[in-house]
Amino acid sequence: MASLTNRVKVLEQQPLSFMERLYLPAIFKGMAITFSHIFKKKATIRYPEEKRPFSPVFRGLHVLNRDEEGRENCTACGLCAVACPAEAITMEAAERQKNEEHLYREEKYAAKYEINMLRCIFCGLCEEACPKDAIYLSETFAPANFTRKGFIYSKDELLIPHPINDKEAYEAAKVSRVEKLKK
Amino acid sequence: MEMMQVDMLLILEKLLLIGGIITFSLVIAMYTTYAERKVAAVMQDRVGPNRAGPFGLLQPLADGLKLFFKEEIIPLTSNKLLFVLGPALAMVTAMLTSAVIPWGSSIEIFGRNVSLQIADVNIGILYVFGVVSLGVYGIMIGGWSSNNKFSLIAAVRGASQIISYELAMGLSLIALLMMTGSLSMKTIVEQQMSGGWGGLLGWNVLYQPLGFLIFLICVFAECNRTPFDLPEAENELNFGYHQEYSSMKLGFYLFAEYVNMFISSAVVSTLFFGGYDIPFVNEATLALSWGDNIVALLGFVSLFSKIVFFLFLFMWVRWTIPRFRYDQLMDLGWKKLIPLALANMIITAIVILWLNK
Repeated sequence: MASLTNRVKVLEQQPLSFMERLYLPAIFKGMAITFSHIFKKKATIRYPEEKRPFSPVFRGLHVLNRDEEGRENCTACGLCAVACPAEAITMEAAERQKNEEHLYREEKYAAKYEINMLRCIFCGLCEEACPKDAIYLSETFAPANFTRKGFIYSKDELLIPHPINDKEAYEAAKVSRVEKLKK
Repeated sequence: MEMMQVDMLLILEKLLLIGGIITFSLVIAMYTTYAERKVAAVMQDRVGPNRAGPFGLLQPLADGLKLFFKEEIIPLTSNKLLFVLGPALAMVTAMLTSAVIPWGSSIEIFGRNVSLQIADVNIGILYVFGVVSLGVYGIMIGGWSSNNKFSLIAAVRGASQIISYELAMGLSLIALLMMTGSLSMKTIVEQQMSGGWGGLLGWNVLYQPLGFLIFLICVFAECNRTPFDLPEAENELNFGYHQEYSSMKLGFYLFAEYVNMFISSAVVSTLFFGGYDIPFVNEATLALSWGDNIVALLGFVSLFSKIVFFLFLFMWVRWTIPRFRYDQLMDLGWKKLIPLALANMIITAIVILWLNK
């Protein structure tokens, strides 16, 4: 039968030669291959002790940002909640009182800010929507939890450490974020 | 009265030896499961169990503990007596073979000469064959009494496989027995020890390479190890004959497989690799300067390292090659190995006659 394209490659099915029919040389060859793999580098990452380095654009757990004086950036405008396709963000706004200027940067702040990590799809649209640089996606992912409730992260879990009171933790949390800003 | 005393001591000595060997085999079998997982892992570029204890060394204990705490399920439609008997039989037959294997030469304790062999029966190899063929009853009874079609198919497969490969196994050994002229395992080891290079040139594998190869392949088949693990083929039979088993009854089946591997490795080392012979060392002259006990111990270490090598070979092959198809298995057994074993037998006979002329 004529072939439709001219690319047909006819394979000749040869009967097995004597060496092939012995079967043992092939087994020894296979065993040599598996033996050589004993000395190969292991692909395993021993998770809790070792962690896979994430790419700088990795979108992980959210961080609520503070400015240099440690005041919260978020003004509870609700743009992130509107942008969120999974409807994972809820918040309640409150007005800043007279003696709270050191806590919140602007007159309005988020009294309650919750992200449901079971709903969140880590798309990063909240980060793009935020006009105040208040929310970022970090390079860690949500650890496992026993209850569904444990996946609803409240404000104290999301907030970045205080830059003056808790300087070391702040620097550690900032590194990944700053690298991301450079991109 | 004097007679009585000696007999009691002998019984005590043998009981201690039996207890020791059974404990030893069980511990080795336990750690063979660990080794299997480690070997599988490193051959697949993984790390393997490393959580329970240092290097995961407590993993077999954790596995055993888990099996003990699992729910014991006996299927409603099964034959309950046989269902319980199956794993017990598999375990017992796996352990029985160790009775005739010489684990070392003799040691001296309190002036008594204690042989490191439970029973030096003059038909040792015949006994091994007898017990090995009993081993199929564990699989047969387990598969049959489960009242499950997969188990039954697996049992039938296992039975026919073991019967087929026993033939080639026996035939390959006949050539060896024609050379040694004895069925006693101890005599066979001692004959090998008298060879050149401290016994190395006396090893039967040098005189019976083909016989060794056939024997080894048959041992793989008898132990139901890959590439002959058809009775427990996961993908087609859903774990085969032990599918309906749970808890420690399943553990017994899995464990019996590893005990079987250990004992088979011991048999192969004894018959073909000089048993407790230490290569390049003349045991008799060494015993004069170091004493019998140390040489016996070294001999045991030598046998044990041979066994470990064969255990590794079992795993190495398992993680290298895929399973045979059932017709290929039968084809290999009946049409390839048996004629080869027969040819080997005839050639050996001719050579022996030629040399004795």
